[in-house]
Amino acid sequence: MRAYDKLKTVRQSGRPTAAEYIEQLFTDRISLSGDRRFGDDTAIQGGIGFLEGIPVTYIAIEKGKDLNERIQNHFGCPKPEGYRKALRLMKEAEKFHRPVICIVDTQGAYCGAEAEERGQGQAIAENILEMMGLETPTISIVIGEGGSGGALALCTTDYVYMLENACYSVISPEGCASILWKDASKADEAADALQITAQDMKRMGVAETVISEDFKHFKNMCRDIKKQLVGDLQGLMSCSTTKLLSQRYDRFRKYGVYEEGGVVHGALG
Amino acid sequence: MLFSLFEKKVLDCPYCKHQFKEKNSFYICPQCGKYLKMPPRERIRQVVDKDSFQELSGELKSVDFLNFPGYSEKLEKAQEDTGEADAVVCGGAVIGGSPCAVFVMDSRFIMASMGSVVGEKITRVFEYATRHRLPVIGFTASGGARMQEGIISLMQMAKVSAAVQKHASEGNLYISVLTNPTTGGVTASFAMQGDIILAEPGATVGFAGRRVVEQTTRAQLPDNFQSSEFLQEHGFVDKIVSRDELKASLGTILRLHNGVRRQA
Repeated sequence: MRAYDKLKTVRQSGRPTAAEYIEQLFTDRISLSGDRRFGDDTAIQGGIGFLEGIPVTYIAIEKGKDLNERIQNHFGCPKPEGYRKALRLMKEAEKFHRPVICIVDTQGAYCGAEAEERGQGQAIAENILEMMGLETPTISIVIGEGGSGGALALCTTDYVYMLENACYSVISPEGCASILWKDASKADEAADALQITAQDMKRMGVAETVISEDFKHFKNMCRDIKKQLVGDLQGLMSCSTTKLLSQRYDRFRKYGVYEEGGVVHGALG
Repeated sequence: MLFSLFEKKVLDCPYCKHQFKEKNSFYICPQCGKYLKMPPRERIRQVVDKDSFQELSGELKSVDFLNFPGYSEKLEKAQEDTGEADAVVCGGAVIGGSPCAVFVMDSRFIMASMGSVVGEKITRVFEYATRHRLPVIGFTASGGARMQEGIISLMQMAKVSAAVQKHASEGNLYISVLTNPTTGGVTASFAMQGDIILAEPGATVGFAGRRVVEQTTRAQLPDNFQSSEFLQEHGFVDKIVSRDELKASLGTILRLHNGVRRQA
C-alpha cells in the first residue's frame, strides 16, 4: 500500500478509536477532567487505571465514535485546554511516579481563532518541554494519524509504538502538496516524498515498535499491546530517574542529518 | 566582504517603497515606521558588544537526505541569496557587559524553516550555554518546520526543547525575542519556552497561519490577529521592545539575573 492509501485507511471511521483501546488496556478506570485553567476539552480523554496491576495514567486523543461525538471532540483536534489537561495529568502522574501511556490519533492541533488566542503554540511548547523532564516513564501509541505538532505534544516519550497502517508527519500531505505545488490533489506524491508510514518511522528511529493490526481479533491484539507495554515499562521503571531522563534526552538528541566538515552525520537507516 | 563595509548601502522598504540609507537605520523605514527583514549578522552587530561575537557550528550544512523534490535547488538558491550556510547563526557573545549565548534565525533563508541544521545548531548553543552556565538570547523567526526533511524536521522541535529543558533545570536564563514572522513548529517549541518573552512591534506570531485559520473556520479575524501586540494582550508576551532599544533592554535583563542563580 502506498503511504497516502495508508493515511486514507486510518482516517476512515470504523476503526477502533482511542476509547476502545482504553477499555481493553486498563482496568478500574477513573476518568479525570479539566485543565484547571479554562475548561475541559473532551478531545483529550484522560484518567488513571491499572495496566496488568501497574497503576498508570492514560491520556488519549479521542476522535469520537459517531458524528455527535466527533463534533463534540472537534474531530480529535485538541485545543490548548486539551494539551493543558494532558500536562496536568502528566504532572499528577509524576508526583506518584506513575507511568504515562498516551494514545494518539489526530490530524493536528485545533485550528481556529480561539485556539490562537489561548496560546495553542505555547500549550504545545510547554508540553514538549515538561515531558522532557517528566520524572516518570512515558510511552505513546499512534493508533491512526500522528499530525505534526498536535501529535508531538503527546509523543515526546521514552518509546513510541505505531500501528502498522498508522502515519506520522510534519505536515498533512494535502498541506504539503498545496504549499509546494499549489495542488492539494498531489497529496499522494507528497505522502511518498515525506515518508510518513510506521515502517518509515521504525527505519528512521522515530518509532521503536510497529504493531500488527487485527481488528477482527481486537481483544487479542490489545493483549499483545499490553504485553509489550508491560515489558517496556518494567525496563523503564527499573531505571534511576537520572538514567531515565538521560536516555530520553539521547533519544531525541540523535535526530538530524547534516554535513559538518565534509562528513554527513546522522545518516538514516 | 571588506568592500561591503565601506559601501553606503541603500534599503528599499517593501511596504511603502521608500529608499533609505542602511546606516543607523536599524532596518526601520523612516517613512512608514515598518520593520524590515534583517540579516542575522546585522542583528548581532546591533545587540552584542563590539567584537564580542564568536560563532559556533558555523560550518553545518543541510543534506537532502529524503531526496525531496526541489530541496537541493532551494538550499543552493538560499545559500546564494543570503551568503549563509543555513537559517540560523549562533555563537557566544557579550551584551552590555554580560556574557551570554545567542542565536538569530534568518527569515531570508527558506523562511527560516527548521530542519536538521537549524535544530542541531540551536541545540548545541543551549548545550554550550548549559556547560558554561550562560544565559541564552534567542531571536526567533520561522515559517515552521522544514517539510523537505519530513518527520526529522518535526523531531527538531523535540530535540531543541530537550536542550532548553536541561538548560532551564540548571537554573539558567533564556530570553526569546519574537521577530517577524514566528510561526508553526518554532512557536510550538522554543519560541514560547523563554523565561522572558520579548517581541518586536508588529511581528506576526502564531501557530496556525492566519490564512489557514480563515479558510478553516471562515471567521472574521481582527486586523491585529497574531501580532505581537495581540499576543501581549492575551498574556503570551512579556514586553514589546523596539529594535533601537533592544540592546539596552537585554543588557538590563541580563544584569538583573547576574549572581542570583539557584544552585544546580
